[in-house]
Amino acid sequence: MPQTGEPVVLERTVPRPTTRPAEPEADPEAPAPPARRVRVRARWRRDWLLLAVLGPGLVLLVLFNYVPLLGNVIAFQDYQPYLGIENSTWVGFENFQVLFSGDARVTNAVINTLIISTIQIVVIFPIPLALALLLNSILAERIKTVVQSILYLPHFLSWVIVVSIFQSMLGDAGLVNTWLRSIGADTFSFVGNPDTFLALVTTQSIWRDAGWSMILFLAALSAVDQQLYEAAAVDGASKLRQLWHVTLPGIRGMIVLLLILRLGDVLSVGFEQLILQQDAVGLAASEVIDTYVYNNGIVAGNWGLSAAVGLIKGIIGVVLVLLANKAAHLFGERGLYQS
Amino acid sequence: MTTLSRTRQSSPLARRVWNGSWKSVVLVLSCLLVIIPFVSVVATSFADQRQITESGGFVLWPTHPSFAAYEAVLSGGVVLQSLAVSIGITVVGTAISVASTIGLAYGLSRPNALGHRPLLMIVLFTLLFAPGIIPSYLMVQYLGLLNTYWALIIPVAINAFNVIIMRSFFMDIPQELLDAARIDGANDLQILLRIVIPVSKAVIAVVALFYAVAYWNSFFTALLYINDTSMWPVQLVVRTFVVDSTSVSAEVPVQPGQTTPPQQSLKMAILVLSVIPILCFYPFLQKHFSEGALSGSIKG
Repeated sequence: MPQTGEPVVLERTVPRPTTRPAEPEADPEAPAPPARRVRVRARWRRDWLLLAVLGPGLVLLVLFNYVPLLGNVIAFQDYQPYLGIENSTWVGFENFQVLFSGDARVTNAVINTLIISTIQIVVIFPIPLALALLLNSILAERIKTVVQSILYLPHFLSWVIVVSIFQSMLGDAGLVNTWLRSIGADTFSFVGNPDTFLALVTTQSIWRDAGWSMILFLAALSAVDQQLYEAAAVDGASKLRQLWHVTLPGIRGMIVLLLILRLGDVLSVGFEQLILQQDAVGLAASEVIDTYVYNNGIVAGNWGLSAAVGLIKGIIGVVLVLLANKAAHLFGERGLYQS
Repeated sequence: MTTLSRTRQSSPLARRVWNGSWKSVVLVLSCLLVIIPFVSVVATSFADQRQITESGGFVLWPTHPSFAAYEAVLSGGVVLQSLAVSIGITVVGTAISVASTIGLAYGLSRPNALGHRPLLMIVLFTLLFAPGIIPSYLMVQYLGLLNTYWALIIPVAINAFNVIIMRSFFMDIPQELLDAARIDGANDLQILLRIVIPVSKAVIAVVALFYAVAYWNSFFTALLYINDTSMWPVQLVVRTFVVDSTSVSAEVPVQPGQTTPPQQSLKMAILVLSVIPILCFYPFLQKHFSEGALSGSIKG
């Protein structure tokens, strides 16, 4: 951007986006060196309409992504909804002390979150990759398209629907158990059973999202230079070696990108998916950090404590994304963004 | 691709057949795992009481298909109400989202514009964090949106990901096209309305579909912000009757002289009704979704 002035000056003269949209009547009369001021004014005259068009969207985005961050101050309060933020008592780090002194429910939620997240990365991540490699090795374009469209569909269903479908299929009165009963076999209790909850959640996640990740991998696979395969084949590389030396390096960027995105979400495992099934399996098996914040804060009214949990979770989440992205750069990948 | 087939031809026939068949088996099984639940849900929604009793719950094919469950569910009551709410939220929400996303993406599509870089950073940075449940709740409460339909729309109206997808499309529009319009005396707004939007119909349709699916599926926002059950969108109603197994019969008006359709059929009918819009739009979504999402993630 050669024509751009100093960023500092721009920030001062562009109407503050956090508080108001870039409306034409907003006055860019900040004190600035005359020459630069003329330039900024000229650009303002040229661009004000563009900024006005951008305004409503920006206001919505800022209002519900940045401004709410201020609400995190209640983590340092004994917040009472009827008193509001202004009148609630400030308690310093008391809420955090409660957390770090080993509150049993918080510990349970953290452990469940980490277990479910780990399973999702270790078990769920490779499956779409395997499916994509499998599908990619099928030559018939038509079959590819049909299989893709089918496997990809559940991604667009809400968790309510997915959980409903799983209950209908695997629940005690579901299709599978009904069939087992009709042939005289033992039924198995898969839904609403704390012991199998982890397996159930994993299966649901695979069922819903494997097709979606598969599509991303397939797109990356199609971008791998076909000549590399020919060269490898000429050199006598077997199919397996081609996979290892051509295919996987070719889609490494996509694998890294998806892993970074997953890492940033390590502490937020499917809120909707879990909260829907909590009544059936109990909190011991299904409470994760997000559901704890909801159950303990908004439902039970322990606002300050829950906000503290959410705040820590949010900070760790951002740190994890930044670290993962840094690691991606170290390994020579583009990652999520470039600094 | 040609090499792949050549190496395949060089391997023994038996191995080739085996190779091909285990792949087919895996793929066919994966597809069946997705399809069978749908078939069963739809079939059960059309089944009559006798068949459901005989089979013990779910069926794979209705022997005496009947629309009784749908007639009952759609004749009034909480389900019909929630469908109306969801349709309203989806239509109004998508309109607001698409309009503001177009504006934001267009405003960010000219790299030399005033304030371009900081504004772009503001948008991009939202991809890295989420404000959290309680802060979002306090914000909605502060704005007085709790228990209003707006709470289901405004907080989720803009998705930075969609902005990026649309922006990268706008940036690919040939500069000559825009310059020509500018020489003809068009201002930025006129260029947006007369040039940019008409040539970007495809990406606008895709982004609109993303938003529409999100609004139709919205569950969390409603759970969080809406207490009044008469304002519930369809996903919460599905949770009540299908996931939590609350009896549907009480909510369904029964016509005089008719028996209530079987519980199971009613539940599955509700489920089907909540999925139908997604299924109808799926072919369009499927066509563009991956390419759109990819261009966004790579160029963003």
